[in-house]
Amino acid sequence: MESPYAIEMLHITKKFPGIIANDDITLQLKKGEIHALLGENGAGKSTLMSVLFGLYQAEEGIIKKDGVEVKINDPNDANDLGIGMVHQHFKLVECFSVLDNIILGVEPTKNGFLQKKEAREKVLALSEKYGLQVDPDAIIEDITVGMQQRTEILKMLYRDNEILIFDEPTAVLTPQEIDELMQIMRNLAAEGKSILFISHKLAEIMAVADRCTVLRKGKYIGTVETKNTTMEQLSAMMVGRNVNFHVDKQPSHPGEVILDVEHMTVASKVHKKDAVKDVSFKVRAGEIVCIAGIDGNGQTELVYGLSGLEPLKSGKLTFKGQDITKASIRKRSTSGMSHIPEDRHKHGLVLDYPLEYNLILQRYFEREFTSAAGFLKRKPIREYANRLIEEYDVRSGQGAITPARSMSGGNQQKAIIAREIDKNPDLLLAVQPTRGLDVGAIESVHKQLVAQRDAGKAVLLVSLELDEVMDVPDRILVMYEGEIVGELDPKKTTQEELGLYMAGAKRDEVKA
Amino acid sequence: MLLLLQYTLIFASVLLLVALGGCFSEHSGVINLGLEGIMVIGALGGALMMRWLPAGTSALVVVLLTLLAAIVFGVVYSSLLAVACINFKADQTIVGTALNLLGTAGATVLVKAINTAANPNDHSATIQYIEQKKAFIHYFGSFEFNWFMVIAVVILVLAWVTLYKTKFGLRLMACGEHPQAAASVGISVFKMRWSGVLISGALGGLGGICYILAGVSQWQFEYGVAGFGFLALAVMIFGQWKPWRIGMAALLFGFFRALSNVYSGFDFLTALNIPGTVYNMLPYIVSLIVLALTSKKSRAPKAEGIPYDKGMR
Repeated sequence: MESPYAIEMLHITKKFPGIIANDDITLQLKKGEIHALLGENGAGKSTLMSVLFGLYQAEEGIIKKDGVEVKINDPNDANDLGIGMVHQHFKLVECFSVLDNIILGVEPTKNGFLQKKEAREKVLALSEKYGLQVDPDAIIEDITVGMQQRTEILKMLYRDNEILIFDEPTAVLTPQEIDELMQIMRNLAAEGKSILFISHKLAEIMAVADRCTVLRKGKYIGTVETKNTTMEQLSAMMVGRNVNFHVDKQPSHPGEVILDVEHMTVASKVHKKDAVKDVSFKVRAGEIVCIAGIDGNGQTELVYGLSGLEPLKSGKLTFKGQDITKASIRKRSTSGMSHIPEDRHKHGLVLDYPLEYNLILQRYFEREFTSAAGFLKRKPIREYANRLIEEYDVRSGQGAITPARSMSGGNQQKAIIAREIDKNPDLLLAVQPTRGLDVGAIESVHKQLVAQRDAGKAVLLVSLELDEVMDVPDRILVMYEGEIVGELDPKKTTQEELGLYMAGAKRDEVKA
Repeated sequence: MLLLLQYTLIFASVLLLVALGGCFSEHSGVINLGLEGIMVIGALGGALMMRWLPAGTSALVVVLLTLLAAIVFGVVYSSLLAVACINFKADQTIVGTALNLLGTAGATVLVKAINTAANPNDHSATIQYIEQKKAFIHYFGSFEFNWFMVIAVVILVLAWVTLYKTKFGLRLMACGEHPQAAASVGISVFKMRWSGVLISGALGGLGGICYILAGVSQWQFEYGVAGFGFLALAVMIFGQWKPWRIGMAALLFGFFRALSNVYSGFDFLTALNIPGTVYNMLPYIVSLIVLALTSKKSRAPKAEGIPYDKGMR
């Protein structure tokens, strides 16, 4: 009898020193279905996939393909079994064309010479069949992230893979691109491909998956049919408790002005126009102000101007009554400004430093961590790091000495948040603080932001997520093409109205 | 004038061969700063072969065996770079520098020992090859044609075809740009990088023997190859790691190098009364200026210089 399952991973156990990454996990992928694999950061999703790809060997458990037990010792074995994966970080050669990337490794040749014409025809046929629009001759670095992802999908299809794994595919896409991807996944499943969709975004799983397997802290929790379940149930399975999607908070009591921005203009690095144009606003103690807007409307440069990463072209910044327009980054930091940066790899962490050094990046020079002679004090640093790791639940392989690079994105973000909040700032600049985090972690970040507010601190949140913009702040400022085009009260406005402001269809004259 | 053309072509051939060698190594992801040393060792191999070939050997055999010796010496020597940088993940810049130091010094010691063994009163590090050199030369009137000019052009075409028209080239360049991507589709980054480095050894060795055959009929190995390995690196960068552009760059640099040999033949240049040392400096000064002006927009293979690590994303 033919097995209904394309691939089965039965009772997989994989241990690492000090941690059981996968503890008796079973995952059964039916032919032609879209199967979601749900779990928080560190739940064991990546380990399970690495076992499937032969990067790790499981201590216990077996893998079956079409009902027959198989051994997978390295990625080439997985390839031979028709298993392909779209990695979260694309594996594309940026200066190659789309076509070259697709054929790399399985190049058609004649007498040793590349036969790109055949390859192109096959790629075009595939792209037509599945609605994967690409330009085979375009160079990867010139095309959108969405098209890069379609290139990755075509790479799998070109190899005639039957089992397609998508590792957090929506993290890098715009809402429109996400919709397109969902449609592509449905098309692929309809053509008989079996799809494994790794995600922690519940709405997407509900929208596209047939079944969902949930992992939590390395353990198998269960497999459910999405049509018989709800988002609340899924998130409870994932986190182990009920998650509140709405942020509980009392009305705010704004106090004195902490940050006063007057006629701020910041030049753009990419084009000749100014990225931030004559923007004025105030942030008070005890309130959360959110800068909303579609990505690329000057939010990044606004934050660079505030944090000191870029000089202002004109305008004035007053922080706690002091002019900081020309103050250095360290001056701003030591006088009580914290910054959770948008790009945690570029501005948040020194990736090759251990976690403990990353946690004191802005404070290493303080007497607490450096002796009068200029040497770092190892013991206090270690103790401080351990305290933050404990309090903020930063998970890592080796604790304080873990290199930041080897930590998961969610835990890197937690480390930054711990560092910035523990400084006890008067103003917290939080730029997309929940980017790449799962629901449990998002909830905790939101709670921390509200707690900062309730402790009488000023919080300036920059967010692209509509839910976050509606739920967390006390005031919303909408940015469009470098200007603030509206100030909204989240309790009185709707997502639709917010959307109109963000798209530039509606604007008020806002004068702070 | 003819002399200027002749010298330009022969020096350009040297630079072209060595720069193409560097191009292969760098496209695979390994910076080869040791080209200078590889040239010296290649030249040593060729020179020893010429020294030991009996007089009266036919021209074709002399040419083939000399080239073969230079290639073999270059390949073997470059495998030091490959072992250190690919297998042991050593710093590529430091290993390259070490190869340069070792190349000239090692060749000098070896040649001195050979000379002294043959004649106890001979302590020089010089090898003579007056007779054998003739095998490489053909006269068209007063134009001294050297077979290396043809070899360089043939290799240029071969390099372009290999890099852009074959499976090997595509895979090689993928390893220099994004080795993790290459590995994820089943390509052995290890093998590709070894190939790249060994090819650069072969071409570097060829360039070395070409260089010492260019002008004189004996070579003092204390002199190494006078920075030509580094000039070739400049040519490679100016040529943007692309074979045809490397060809043009080699001609330009070859021209300036040739000027220093023949400037005295031009009345208007001698009339300027500039010291000869200035002309000798020219290729190096030009390379400094050219690189300063162009390096900002130069686009090196992205992963070059970084040892391949499976775990990195």
